[in-house]
Amino acid sequence: MDCQLDIFFLEAVLNGLLLAGLLALLALGLNLIFGVIDVVWICYAELVMVGMYGIYYAQKGGVPFLAAALLGIVLIAIAGMILHYLVIRPVLDSAPINQLLVTGGVLFVLQAAATMAFGIDFKNIGIRLGSVNVLDMSFSYARIVTFGVAISAMLLLWIFLQRTYIGIAIRAIAQDRQIMPLMGVDQRKVYLVTSAIGGGLAGLAASLMVLQFDIYPQIGLQFGPLIFMICVLGGLGNMIGGFIAAFIISEFIAVGGSCFATEWGYAIAFLFFMVVIFIRPQGLLGGKS
Amino acid sequence: MKRISPAALIGLAVLIALPFVVRYGFAASEKYYLHLLIQILIWSFIYTGWSLMGRFGLTSLGHGAFTGIGAYVTVLLWNYAGVTPWLGIPVAVVVAIIVALLVGYPCFRLRIVGHYFALLTLALTEFVRLCIVGLRDYTGGSLGTQPARYGDGVSLYALQFEPDRVLSYYIALALWLVGLYVWWRVDRGMDRYALDAASQDEDAAASVGIDVTREKLKITAISAAMCAVGGAFYAQYQMYIGPETIAGLGVSLNIVFAVIAGGMWVMLGPTVGAVFTQVLSEVLRVTIQSSAGLEKLLGTAVLALDTLIYGLLLVLFIIYMPKGILGTLLERRKKKAAVPTASPAQVFPRQT
Repeated sequence: MDCQLDIFFLEAVLNGLLLAGLLALLALGLNLIFGVIDVVWICYAELVMVGMYGIYYAQKGGVPFLAAALLGIVLIAIAGMILHYLVIRPVLDSAPINQLLVTGGVLFVLQAAATMAFGIDFKNIGIRLGSVNVLDMSFSYARIVTFGVAISAMLLLWIFLQRTYIGIAIRAIAQDRQIMPLMGVDQRKVYLVTSAIGGGLAGLAASLMVLQFDIYPQIGLQFGPLIFMICVLGGLGNMIGGFIAAFIISEFIAVGGSCFATEWGYAIAFLFFMVVIFIRPQGLLGGKS
Repeated sequence: MKRISPAALIGLAVLIALPFVVRYGFAASEKYYLHLLIQILIWSFIYTGWSLMGRFGLTSLGHGAFTGIGAYVTVLLWNYAGVTPWLGIPVAVVVAIIVALLVGYPCFRLRIVGHYFALLTLALTEFVRLCIVGLRDYTGGSLGTQPARYGDGVSLYALQFEPDRVLSYYIALALWLVGLYVWWRVDRGMDRYALDAASQDEDAAASVGIDVTREKLKITAISAAMCAVGGAFYAQYQMYIGPETIAGLGVSLNIVFAVIAGGMWVMLGPTVGAVFTQVLSEVLRVTIQSSAGLEKLLGTAVLALDTLIYGLLLVLFIIYMPKGILGTLLERRKKKAAVPTASPAQVFPRQT
């Protein structure tokens, strides 16, 4: 309950910064999909959960961690494409809220399937990276690695969207989905590629999260609401806004959590989010309302 | 103006007679069947409350917050201040309405609709759940808590009636009828036309003199109040409340799913949804438990099987049967009877 400006406060702030990298990565995938396809995958965090299980079992089966992580990324990228093909495509023309609810159904399916297949107990990949001590503060390497990889992945995606043909097509579709088909861009292909990238980002996040968190079927419920909040706070579909929002929210969680109890950090973050949305309904950097 | 059809009267008579049918027909497991019926009635009431908003395109994922407020405010007032639920429930309802208006007013003024409305109300659910967990000294945190028993457990003063299942059934039945009456009043009232218009096109609705914000706030307050009452009765009957069982995102999503499955635009749609979801999970549980082979095969995984099937059905319903079970059946009957009617092929009219 102490909230003085001491070294522990600084530690909380820096840990919040490290958490922000991961949350920003998670929000990025969702934002990319929303920006391009105009659909919110409510089950996004559940895809991450499936990826975590995939990596866990691959590693347990003797695959080295880096290869298992790569496998997880490919697995979830394919899962993203399947999700788009089977579930999203049939409802592309119906009301936006139907698209959101339909992925809510997928959330139930993935969570229940994971419970049935893997059980409800907590699983840990068992890799300990240790931690580094600076002054009296302690930071785990897992968090630092996560932060570094997340930031690099975001930069790579940025370059991809700026420099490659398909990347430019993706950005163009996000700006005007009526005109682009007339310009000879195959909308269906762009949607499928975007779903694969969004899934791949979820897979990457999964491979980073297994280093820090225990795996259990409900882990999606812990992260899902946070990711949506960050995306909406930054302006749905706005990738830079989501990036900034991730830092704001994770500071609330880290600092609030260290001053009070963990739940209060989250509760304050949600309250802050609602207040901001009432002031700026389009999000911090959102253009259209 | 009020006219009750013979079919409704017969249905009501059957429902009133049902406990006796259960007593003589299924005497061996009377308590179990009554429990199932009471659950269905209480949840039907909550679902009906949600559908009041849902049918006008206000897809709230925040109603888990209102059921949670209803349950926890009532129980905490009883446990810590000795306030009878006769006062506690009205207080809980007032709290739920205040929360609903605090969140609703900016939403409707700023025209937060669709995705944004759903995700914002989702944040409200999470906020309330986190508050419940955070106040663990009073609420028992994630383990939940129980209303303190008064006397032998059946008391008018404490509104506790759980040991007497037949009495509980009639109370739940009365509650459900009140819910249907509210739905009927809304359906027949002028507000319904105003809200229908607003859900199609807010600007057009406003231009003919509809105070869109006020209409939406009115329906939100009614809907939140019903969910709070439902949550409170759930607590009084179950004699246990937990942040996951009566509040939180899981509850919100279950509400939405059951209503979509049953049918959002017809009076008994939410009830059909409740019957469908409860019976589905019970039938699955009983079949699997009674067959040794299946149980061995699936083990504890059985507990998740109903959720798996829910989820699959939810996806299929939204894609192929957006009007729900009852909505589709009624429409089919109407079509057979006479004029072909134009049917909206979507759960919600597309908003721009």
